[in-house]
Amino acid sequence: MKETCPVETEQADAILEGYPHAEASLIQVLQDVHRAYNYLPCDVVVKVAETLGVPLAKVFSVATFYKAFSLKPQGDTIIRVCMGTACHIRGGGALVDEVERLLHVAPDETTPDMKFTRNTVNCVGACAMAPVMIVGEKYRGNARAVRVGGYLELGGDDDAN
Amino acid sequence: MRIESREQFETLQEKIRAAETDNGNRILVCCGTGCLANGAKKVAEAFAEQVGKRNMDAEVKLLVKNTGCHGFCERGPLVVLQPSGVLYTRVRVSNVPQILEKTVDNGEIIPRLLYKNPADDVAIEQYSEIPFYKNQTRVAMRNIGRIDPTAIHDAIGAGCYSGMVRALFDMTPEQVLDEVETAGLRGRGGAGFGTARKWRSCRRAEGDRKFVLCNGDEGDPGAFKDRSIMEGDPHSILEGMVVGAWAVGAHEGFIYVRDEYPLAVLNLTLALEQARYLGLLGENILGSGFDFDIRISRGGGAFVCGESSALMLSLAGKVGEPRAKYVHSTEKGLFDLPTVLNNVETWADVGAIAANGGAWFAGMGTNKSKGTKAFSLVGKVKNTGLIELPMGTTLRHIIYDIGGGVLNDRPFKAVQTGGPSGGCIPESLLDLPVDYEKLTEAGSMMGSGGMIVMDDRTCMVDVARYFLKFLTEESCGKCTPCREGLKQMLAIFDRLVEGEGVAGDLPLIERLAAGMQVGSLCELGKSAPNPVISTLRYFRDEYVAHIEDHVCTAGICKELTAYRILPETCDGCAGCAKACPVDAITGERHALHVIDHDICISCGACMGVCPTDSVETFPKVELMKEVV
Repeated sequence: MKETCPVETEQADAILEGYPHAEASLIQVLQDVHRAYNYLPCDVVVKVAETLGVPLAKVFSVATFYKAFSLKPQGDTIIRVCMGTACHIRGGGALVDEVERLLHVAPDETTPDMKFTRNTVNCVGACAMAPVMIVGEKYRGNARAVRVGGYLELGGDDDAN
Repeated sequence: MRIESREQFETLQEKIRAAETDNGNRILVCCGTGCLANGAKKVAEAFAEQVGKRNMDAEVKLLVKNTGCHGFCERGPLVVLQPSGVLYTRVRVSNVPQILEKTVDNGEIIPRLLYKNPADDVAIEQYSEIPFYKNQTRVAMRNIGRIDPTAIHDAIGAGCYSGMVRALFDMTPEQVLDEVETAGLRGRGGAGFGTARKWRSCRRAEGDRKFVLCNGDEGDPGAFKDRSIMEGDPHSILEGMVVGAWAVGAHEGFIYVRDEYPLAVLNLTLALEQARYLGLLGENILGSGFDFDIRISRGGGAFVCGESSALMLSLAGKVGEPRAKYVHSTEKGLFDLPTVLNNVETWADVGAIAANGGAWFAGMGTNKSKGTKAFSLVGKVKNTGLIELPMGTTLRHIIYDIGGGVLNDRPFKAVQTGGPSGGCIPESLLDLPVDYEKLTEAGSMMGSGGMIVMDDRTCMVDVARYFLKFLTEESCGKCTPCREGLKQMLAIFDRLVEGEGVAGDLPLIERLAAGMQVGSLCELGKSAPNPVISTLRYFRDEYVAHIEDHVCTAGICKELTAYRILPETCDGCAGCAKACPVDAITGERHALHVIDHDICISCGACMGVCPTDSVETFPKVELMKEVV
């Protein structure tokens, strides 16, 4: 994907300073970069490859292999509907359908207004509260399809369940 | 302050314990992921604030501890009061003043907050009397819920690091290996390989640089015991790893944690810093002359990285594609150097074995599977959460006595164990004693301890398809049988759940499954057909119903299922009409509501909200018959 604007690489410089410049640091560096930029900007990926001395092709293979990384900018709020077994049999599928119906986004896609990105996650380990969806940082246990609209609107601030 | 010797450590431990007994009044607030999601943080803050105010002019100070997961997540936030042992469930901030005034000050119980046993609806006061806890034997999870995982002093007071001290000062590496062998400890990550055997082969391997790794990449959907141990008792993992490193002669360790477990990463990081500060990790541990340190590595979110060779490649910053198993990682593991990799739970067991001896551990369990095992009991069961039991406990005891039976008292259909590599065990095998061998014989496996209970409203074809879809996404793609086999198998299942199955599908699935079992490179591919094979073995009639009659007996597969409202019981509350996302339900208030089958998308939202259970499913083919 072509980038619309050049990205500042200062944050990446700071991250790279904290790790030994070797291939073994690659995944940890990319994770920090992802956290800082909310995705892996092309310029930064090139910089990481050069600094760590890893071929660019290898960096891309790692960046596309692991679920934690996205090469596209992510929305302000990440919606993760848990697709673990316990959530599945307790009706997690209905949550997925409802998110898709309300936002019209396919898995790993972002709404055009850049508000939401829908990610899938194969179990967040909160099975006792199945089905679970996470909006931003907020876990919604025993989630119901009828309430999905409310969860999205409330975002990650409210603490009531 | 760095602890320089064994004597100093033991003095510190005694001091901590003496201070604990002086101050018996404690409030334990569970701050595991589950309880936090239910608002435990605010409850803990409210306790801290209000108790802080009281303590200023109180003689006997009250202590508030934020503990790790108690395992009873469904009832969270959980609060335990000590010394009385009273457990309150679903505690809200507004309950905090009441709890302090009534229960802490006057010993008065607040019945509303007590746990009610679903079996007889009787409220239970004591934490230790609740069937969910009463029937457990906790080894790996021994300290969880009792200690504050962010305070190393608390862990030391609870006995943590005593096993490490014993191993480093009283035992040679050979003696540690013997002790672990006597314990009969086997890998808790699922495959059940003998821990002592693994360690011995690494000890024997040539080279000065060796590694000890902890696998915290708990990827099996439906399992979260490792998450709870990492969050709730990180020091027991560190302790076990030091013992293991001493036994094999390693000086460097890594913990590979799922990035989806942020609290686990945080608590482990804190634990490492504190242990280093006290000299329990790093150079010359407690003056013993032994050096060992641990680093944390966050996983990138790939299920396959739970596989040992893939995990080691991922640690080295590479793509996690497994390699053939004739190269043993105990000889050529991380960076091609001798490496021991064990699961979180295994490491937590090691510390307890070092402290209490192998014979103690081997005294629990069955002939070939010793000790205890942690499970996450989830799905359609009344009490969901984490449990730990001696090996050989029957499924019936687990599901009915501890789990309280099937949710809403519906009929039991199956229990799924072993994650995507495991299988579904039917009702006829409920008296099966759970150990490595028995589960494998039943066509499933131990896996990482997920136990998902399924009722009559669970479609086994859909469950098998669910795991295929999961594995298709998670297959690394390196070998053809796994990559293509899964894809083709999923295509067949996609047809089955839509009622498009044909006569030859089942034999075709079986041939494909056999090919994948033989031809795949790693265990992910080899075991991938297990959920399919086990459901075919025990629930073949459901498959046949999907193919021949176009009926999903459980009423789950959308393309085959329609919904209707029963006129006898519908009270016209209009809840279903409100819940329906496509406005397919009409009806006057207080009168029967009706579903328009042309609009209905079979999402089941109406069924979920109906207070009188008046919505039922029926096969869609019946609609066709009506038209004809």
